[in-house]
Formats: sequence, C-alpha cells, structure tokens
Amino acid sequence: MSSNAASASADSVGERLAHGWSGRRRWPLVSVAGAAVATAGVLVPVAFLIVQAQDSGWGTLRRLLLRHSTAVLLWNSVRLTVACTLLCAVLGVGAAWLVERSDVPLRRLLSVLLVLPLGIPDFVTGFGWVSIDPALHGYLAAVMIMTLSLYPLVYLPVAGAMRNLDAGLHEVARSLGDSPARAFVRVTLRQVWPAVLGGCLLVTLGLLAEYGAFEIVQYQTFTVQIFTEFKLGFDAAAACGLSLVLVLLSIAALGGELALSGRGRAFRTGPGAGRPAGRIRLGRRRWPALAALAALCGLALGVPLGSLVYWMTRGSSSTLPSTSILAAAGHTAEYGAAAAAIATVLAVPICMLSLRHRNRLTILIERVAYLPMALPGLVVALGLVAFSVRYALSLYQSALELILAYAILFLPLAVVGVRSAMAQASPALEEVGRSLGSGPAEVFRRITLPLIAPGLGAAFALVFISSSTELTATLLLRPTGVNTLATQFWTYTTNFSYGAAAPYAGLMVLISAIPAYLLSRRAIAPAGRSRS
Amino acid sequence: MSRLAVTGLWKGYGGEPVLRGVDLEVPAGSLTSVLGLSGCGKTTLLRVIAGFERAERGTIDLGGETLDDGRTYLAPERRSIGYVPQEGALFPHLTVEGNVGFGLTRAERRSSTVGELLEMVGISALAGRFPHELSGGEQQRVALARALARRPQALLLDEPFSALDATLRAHVREEVHSLLREQGVTTVLVTHDQEEALSLADSVAVLRDGQIVQQGTPAELYERPVDERLARFLGAVNVLDASFAGETAVTPLGRLALRGAATQEGSGLVMLRPEQLDVRAADGGENGGEGLGGRVELCRYYGHDALLHIRAEQPTGSELLLARVHGEGALPVGTRVLVRAHGPVTAID
Repeated sequence: MSSNAASASADSVGERLAHGWSGRRRWPLVSVAGAAVATAGVLVPVAFLIVQAQDSGWGTLRRLLLRHSTAVLLWNSVRLTVACTLLCAVLGVGAAWLVERSDVPLRRLLSVLLVLPLGIPDFVTGFGWVSIDPALHGYLAAVMIMTLSLYPLVYLPVAGAMRNLDAGLHEVARSLGDSPARAFVRVTLRQVWPAVLGGCLLVTLGLLAEYGAFEIVQYQTFTVQIFTEFKLGFDAAAACGLSLVLVLLSIAALGGELALSGRGRAFRTGPGAGRPAGRIRLGRRRWPALAALAALCGLALGVPLGSLVYWMTRGSSSTLPSTSILAAAGHTAEYGAAAAAIATVLAVPICMLSLRHRNRLTILIERVAYLPMALPGLVVALGLVAFSVRYALSLYQSALELILAYAILFLPLAVVGVRSAMAQASPALEEVGRSLGSGPAEVFRRITLPLIAPGLGAAFALVFISSSTELTATLLLRPTGVNTLATQFWTYTTNFSYGAAAPYAGLMVLISAIPAYLLSRRAIAPAGRSRS
Repeated sequence: MSRLAVTGLWKGYGGEPVLRGVDLEVPAGSLTSVLGLSGCGKTTLLRVIAGFERAERGTIDLGGETLDDGRTYLAPERRSIGYVPQEGALFPHLTVEGNVGFGLTRAERRSSTVGELLEMVGISALAGRFPHELSGGEQQRVALARALARRPQALLLDEPFSALDATLRAHVREEVHSLLREQGVTTVLVTHDQEEALSLADSVAVLRDGQIVQQGTPAELYERPVDERLARFLGAVNVLDASFAGETAVTPLGRLALRGAATQEGSGLVMLRPEQLDVRAADGGENGGEGLGGRVELCRYYGHDALLHIRAEQPTGSELLLARVHGEGALPVGTRVLVRAHGPVTAID
C-alpha cells in the first residue's frame, strides 16, 4: 500500500486509455508517437534481416550455416571473445583497484590516462600497431589490440564503483578475521561485481561488432566474414544469414550477464551510504605497481598515438591532402550532427514514457531502445539495406540512410544520457507547473526542457562522437563518392598509404578524446553536483 | 473565497481502491485539515482535488464550478487551485523570483506583484537566490508565495512542515497560519500530525481506509470522537466501565455527566482524557479522602506536564489509568494516590 506513488504513475497510461485520449492529454500522445517511431526504427533492421535471409530459402541457409568454414568462424569469434573479455576484466579491475583503493603514485594523472584509450577508435589502434610492425597478425595480435582498446570499458565502471565503496564493510571483514586479500575477494569484489559484469558485457558486444581492427590484423571473425560476403561476394542472403548468428551471439552475451549478475545486484548499496574508504598502503610495492600501470598506458595510448604522430610527420613531406580532409571532416560532422539530433529527439519520448508513465508496455519500449547495443553496426546496416532495396530504393545509399543507421545504432547512448537527467527532474515539479496554470506543452518547455538540457547535451555529444568514428556501417551505407574521416582513413590504410591515413585518424582521435577526457574528469569529481 | 466540496469520491490504483467514497466539506475561507496515517489516501485525495489524478466516481466542486465528476474533468492548469507539495518542489533552474512569478503573465511578472508576494512571506532579500541556496523554511515560504501568486480560490498543502526540524516547524507553522488567515484563502492541509491538525485547523477531517470517519472542529473531535480508535489516535485516553442513568454515567471514578445531553440506559463504556483526572497523594493515615485509590506505576515527565500511569485498587475497565498533571505535580513511582475525575465524559461504542 505504501507504494502509492509508484503505482499511481504505473497505472496512468492504462487509465488514460480507459478514459480515452481527450484533447487535454495531448502530450502523452506525442510521446507515444515518438516512441513508436523509435521502436519501429530499431526493429525494422532486425526484421528485414530475417526476411532477407529467408529469401534464399531455409535449405540454402542451413547449408551455409553448417559448412565447415562457419564452424571455424564461430570458434574464432568465441575464443577471441573469451580471451579478450577475461583479460579486460583482469586489467580493468586491477587498474581500478590500484588507482582508487591503493596509494600508488600519480593516481590522478593515471585515472585520466587509463580512460583515454576509449577515445581512440579500435581500428586506429590496430593501424597504430600494424603500421610499425607489419608482421603482427592473427589471433594473438587481435587479442592484444582489442584488449588494449577495450579494457577501459571495465576500468571505468569498476573505478566508479570502488570510489563509492563503504569503508565500513571492508573494515568489518577485517575485524572478523579476514586478511586484506581475503577481504578484497569476499567483500570488495562482491560489491563491484555488477560493475565488472556490466563492463565485460560491453567488451563482449564490442568484440562481436568489430570489423576494422580484425581486418587490419587479418583475423577472421563472423563480422569480418559477413562484410566480405556482402561487399565482395555480393551475397546478401548469406550475409544476412550469418548476421542472424551474430545477433544470437550478442543475445547470448546479454543473457549471460543477466544470469551472472542476478545475485550480485542485491549487493549494491544505497547511494551516499557510509564514509569513503581509506587507501591501502602498498609500501615498497608502489613502484612496481606504478610501472605496471605506466606500461599499460604506454601500450594502449602511447603506441597508437606515437605511431600516428610518426606517420603524420613523415607524411607531411609528401603531399598532404588538405582539401579532401576538409571535405571528409565536413561530411562526418554533418552526418554525425544529424544523427545525434534525431537520436536525442527520439530518446526524449522514450524516457518520458518509461519514467513518467511506467507500466509493462513503456518498460518494454525502453528495453527495445537499448537493443541496438547488442546489434553490430554491420547488422543494422545490412537490415537497412534489405529494407530500402525492397520498399524505398531512393533511400538506398543516400545520406539519409546512413544518418538513420547512426541514429538507430547509437539510440541507446542517447537514451542513457536523457534518462539520467530526466530521472533527476522530479515529476512533482511538472505537477506544480500544471497547478500554476501551464498546460502540458508549456510545462515541458518551461520546466522539463531546462531541467534535462544537460542530459540532452550529453546525449547529443555521445551520439555525435560515436557516429564520427563509426567505420563498419559507414563503409556499407555511405553515398557513392562521399567519404567521411573514417572511410577515407580506411581507404588509405588498406592501400598502405600510412602517411596519408594518419591525419584522418588524428582528427578522429581529437574528436573523441575530448569527451573521453571529460568522462574521466567527471568520474574523478566528487559526487553531488550543484544545480544544472 | 470559495467553498470546496468533495462528495462520494472513489479512486483506486490497479483495481485496489484507495479512496472509497470520501465526503469532505471545506467552508469558504476556512482551513480544513485532513488527518490520517500514512497510506490512508491523504495524498491521493489532494492529487485528485488538484487534478493530477482523475476521479473514478464522485464529484469535486469549487465555488459552484464542477472540477471533476467522473465524466467531465478540468485539467489542473484550468482549476483555480494552488498546490504546495511535501518538499516544496521549487524549480531548481529558476531563482526565487522566477519560481514565484512562474504562474504569472509576462506583464504581471514585470510589475510589482512578485516583490509584494516575496514581502508577504518575508523573503524579499532572497529574490535572486536559487532554491539550493535556501534553508528548508525559506523554501517552504517560496513554495507558498508561488502557490498564492495567482490568487487561487483554494490552496492545498501536502504535509508542508514535515520536512522541517522540530524547532523550525513550530515557527514556520505559526507564520503560515497567520498568513493564511490574512489572505482568507480556502485551504486544505494534509497531515499525519494530530497536534498540527488540532492546533491549526478550523475543521479537522479524519481519513481512515479511504473514508472520512469524522469531520468537525478540533474540540469536537478531541472530546467526542466517533469511536475508540479515533479517540486513541487523537491523544491518550481512559476508557472506563459505566452504567448509564439518564444524563449521567456511574463510573468507578464516581458519577459523571454525559456529554452532549445524551441520555442512555444500561451499561457500556465511557472515555475521558488524562487531563480530566485529578490526582493527589493519599496522606498516610487519612483514609476518608474522596476518590479511587491507586498506586503510581510509571511517571513520564515532560517538563510542562507529566503523565502518570496509575494502577487502580478496584477494576475500572482499563488496566492502568492515565492522568496528566502539572510538571510540579509529578509523583514518584510507588506513591499511593487518590484519583478523582471532573468534567463530562463521552459514551463510546
């Protein structure tokens, strides 16, 4: 009975449906329409993937999926994913513990440097390594490069969780007779377990979706094979069939995280509980610890950036393609901004519905909006191609199609950004606005919008950056003759024109390093920001 | 000034009724308090009156205009009702001035209206501050000024003082009360604090399990509650066995007048408040004193007064008698006492 407020909002959509949509309830209608468009946008690519695969007939599909080379692809993808995810978990948790819980020197600097590899696209890291050592290829090279690129996805959430740890729990474990190491495993690790799993899930999904880095080190995974089938073999049906397997693998990863975290979630403590934990003294072991972290930063950040700088200085002696880089940068910004605007606008009604009119349907809508996280860019692109070839040929290889692909692909980022801001804007404020004589639209404009503006900005920036460094879907969908920073970089790289490629990579790193830096800074800043 | 009337109001969530036929009468210009435990439906009642939720059945009428009767429904922004939610809910992105002027037109905002409102609640100096720079009491004042800015016909206050600490609460409560008196605005105040309801309101309505069990002046409720449960909710109480004879009741504490000129026959129960008992220490030898003998079993000392728990020497209907005495009248545990009663008693079912 005491949860009246929650059930009140949960019921209001159903109740409104029961009362009919009167003119005064215009706003939910707008929200519902927006959410419907977003949901359709997410589901269309998947649906047409199935339609296209079915086209070739289930018999052909079965032969395709059961052939030996598919088994090899599956083995390649799985062993890479398992090895990389475990390595990322170990590196991420270890680094987070050293920076947040021990007295290792230079930890403020390290906490920024350790996050920055997120700002370097994976295929640029791959380029950085291979361009200085062309002998790097195959499984081990792929594992190394992807681990160095992706470990911050574990480090960042785990560091955040460790920062908010309650000192009391660790101390109680010690007072009950645990050694520091035992207390770490039994208490600290258990508390940050959800963050570890969440980070590992992102690593796994990133690995399944990656194309560029694996192409560079010549390692065949599902995604690489699908791309080849479609782009070089012109076999759309085979590409779509293999894509479905890829989607299943992603869903398996989601399910795995859900199953493993079931118990862990109960361990999350309430916000602001307890006092901050004190740091553990490493003594003389501080210096080896510092060396290890410095080595990690050097490999993940120093090598790719150093190699970029090396090729840029070498390339400046040859002809620098200054006009084409401006054109490519212009296209990149244009597509990224359009996609960011669409995704941000669509995220608003989804969050409105799931937070203000919470019921089973609106929660499902929100879940669907998160689905693209598990959809590799290649899969979304193929689905859109399949759709446009059938129903909207004019859309095929148009700028609009690429923008839509970005918007769908990065909708989850927009939802995350908008949701956290909207969750902080209390519905009571909107109600007070109504009682002061403002209609729903005016309340949205004068109260909700100013309150969620920072969230909208974050959402826009996240989508813009991710779009600007996207390679796989861009290669498939870009309008003929148009190049973005990523595709032009790719063209030069595959032609071994490393000097010409480097400035493009440098620009992409600049675009995405700024938010990665801000992300690490915000993680450092004490919790509890002042007003928006 | 307008009269607010709620009749036969039903409202539920997910098939579970929260309000089951609420009748509430708020006379024009009065302060009516809705008193109830948490979960009784108080906040739901306010939300339906304000228009944030729709009534399922029943009508809400303000100054002759129907706001909601289950079919027609007036949106919150079209009702002339001010609303002050629990924590004040100030807009964090607007200054004090911006908050107070939110409901005003552009022209009104530029006029002296906002300044007058700020002056009215005594926070003129804070006009340019943001909500997070204000104390709890200041925030409540801003919320009140904001709700009164449009000169609403009715004002709804949802536990407006519960977020304040005890010393501040009494102070802000006094201020708000005198302010509402001046303005003469029809007010509904929802609270779970019986002391607050009794001391502030012209009329108190007690909401229990989604229904108003009784509405009346504070004195009526305190002295003549409809049942024992309500009597205990409003304060400590003694329930005694009694046999009735016309307009009096014969109790272990003597013959006492029945309240409200009620005539009853037979036997039953009567209630009287602890402050209706007179207690004095029984002098050693003197046995002839009037009153029921007993022994002090517990003494709760509050400073201004004290509550004595007394075990009577004869059965009374209650295990212990409760007597409120002046602070200096507190007696040590174990003292033998004589108890008498004064004033009328109320028969209860």
